[in-house]
Amino acid sequence: MAGSRRITSFFKLLLLSLALILFIVPFAFLLLNSFKENKEITANPLSLPGSFSMDNYANAFDKMNYVDAFTNSFIITVLSVLLISLFAAMTAHYFVRNPTKGNQYTFLLMVASMIIPFQALMIPLVKVYGSLDMLNSKWSLIYMYIGFGSSLAVFIYHGFVKGIPKELEEAALIDGCTRVQTFFRIVFPVLMPTTATIAILNVLWIWNDFLLPSLVLTDPEQRTLPLSTFNFYGTYTVDFGPLMASLVLTVLPIVVVYLFAQKYIIQGVMQGAVK
Amino acid sequence: MITEKGVWNRLRLRLLFTGPTLFAFITVMIIPFVYGIYLTFTSWDGISTTQTLVGFQNYGSVFKDAEFWKSFGLTLKYVLYTVVLTNVLAFLLAYILTTGLKGQSIFRAGFFLPNLVGGIVLGFIWQFIFNNVLVYLGQKAGIGIFSTSWLADPDHAFWTLVIVTVWQYAGYMMVIYVAGLTGVPNDVLEAASIDGASGWMKMVRMTVPLMIPSFIVCIFLSLQRGFMVYDVNLSLTKGGPFKSTEFVSMHVYQKAFLSRDYGVGQAEALVLFLLVAAITLLQVYFSKKLEVEA
Repeated sequence: MAGSRRITSFFKLLLLSLALILFIVPFAFLLLNSFKENKEITANPLSLPGSFSMDNYANAFDKMNYVDAFTNSFIITVLSVLLISLFAAMTAHYFVRNPTKGNQYTFLLMVASMIIPFQALMIPLVKVYGSLDMLNSKWSLIYMYIGFGSSLAVFIYHGFVKGIPKELEEAALIDGCTRVQTFFRIVFPVLMPTTATIAILNVLWIWNDFLLPSLVLTDPEQRTLPLSTFNFYGTYTVDFGPLMASLVLTVLPIVVVYLFAQKYIIQGVMQGAVK
Repeated sequence: MITEKGVWNRLRLRLLFTGPTLFAFITVMIIPFVYGIYLTFTSWDGISTTQTLVGFQNYGSVFKDAEFWKSFGLTLKYVLYTVVLTNVLAFLLAYILTTGLKGQSIFRAGFFLPNLVGGIVLGFIWQFIFNNVLVYLGQKAGIGIFSTSWLADPDHAFWTLVIVTVWQYAGYMMVIYVAGLTGVPNDVLEAASIDGASGWMKMVRMTVPLMIPSFIVCIFLSLQRGFMVYDVNLSLTKGGPFKSTEFVSMHVYQKAFLSRDYGVGQAEALVLFLLVAAITLLQVYFSKKLEVEA
């Protein structure tokens, strides 16, 4: 009995390991070839690099304006994620504590709107904001992320605010807190785990988003990392070395974050799937 | 609930708490949505400041646009394969992972890895794999099927997109299935064992029915992502070769922004939205009926 169990668990482990290799190997090829010269890559994409040279990286770093693209992506992601969380928590809290008909219908409208795909909005969005001369600015893009991201965030917060006992807030109000203080000192801190879930889902979305920024940001200086990778690929299609290096540079920041926050990211995805 | 005194104070509080969210939500989602419906009744080339009303003419064009329906059919086929394969693979991985193996978290982290990276970058990585690595292997090892690039062949290019999508989303859905599987109460399974149920019986009669909520979420997510796929489509195949992999999202994008046929493009986007909404809502409605409680 114990023996056969050991054998099955060995086969399970073998199966999973093979699957894991298939999941990881594309990244390994990428990394391997990012150190090679174009000639070496086309001759044999499986060979080890003849000499470890960082030339490809220097080249890609320079030509894709890595510093600018990274800074843009960083500012856009961080500000959007912070503002979505803060505003959505306030709104969800208000909706739960003031369940008037109007608020309930507004909440339902937000939930229903989650089914609208971005593709059904992109054409009018570009037209409306183009005519207001609001395209080509990362601040407009952040504003749009708040608009697109708040429905899901309000929906998730709504479920968790309901779990906070009313007495907790009433006690704070009786002790002399204003409604605003009560929110910031009691409610928002209690919601921290939910905020982490929402922030993780939104970081994965906004950091990697392509279609919306490609429509909004047209100036080269405004480009985010996915846009600048895409553009770099379109311009230098023949030289594989720098292309591989540019992809590694794009993947690297989020993988570094993943190494440290892996547990929280996976938990965030688990909890965000309650809808 | 304790309420603030005075109409002005209450209004101020409401504006502070709900104002920013609702303003952004209405101006970014609701107004473009309603305005988008209006746009489908106009002809607009993207440049002129006025547009003329043309009635239902754009919808007529949608139904006559053979390429739209071709790409819709292609997308449907893609969605069918990716939803089934992604969920079967994700469930299997999750099932094996939750049988109490060592190193569980390493596997989980590894399988999830592709989901950290955007579709554009994944498409480029796999383009290199299909164009260079596999062709090299195919030629050296004499495996005929890999000796020419799959991306250059209209029959094979479709499958590259299915492979990359399944490879990416299986890890995501696996995480959700793991959460579902760990939520299946152990005493129920033990009771079934005592009653003589085999491993397979327990899985089919106990685990799967108790996990309907996880299936609803995962199938919903993979349906929606499948229908709306754009990034991987753009960077891996660009719709080619010979438009053989142009999915519907890309078609709408090109209709509007490249052919400058905004009215028809928006009408196609709305038709797509209605079809997808109908399919996903039906899926959720029917699978909710299958839910059971432990």
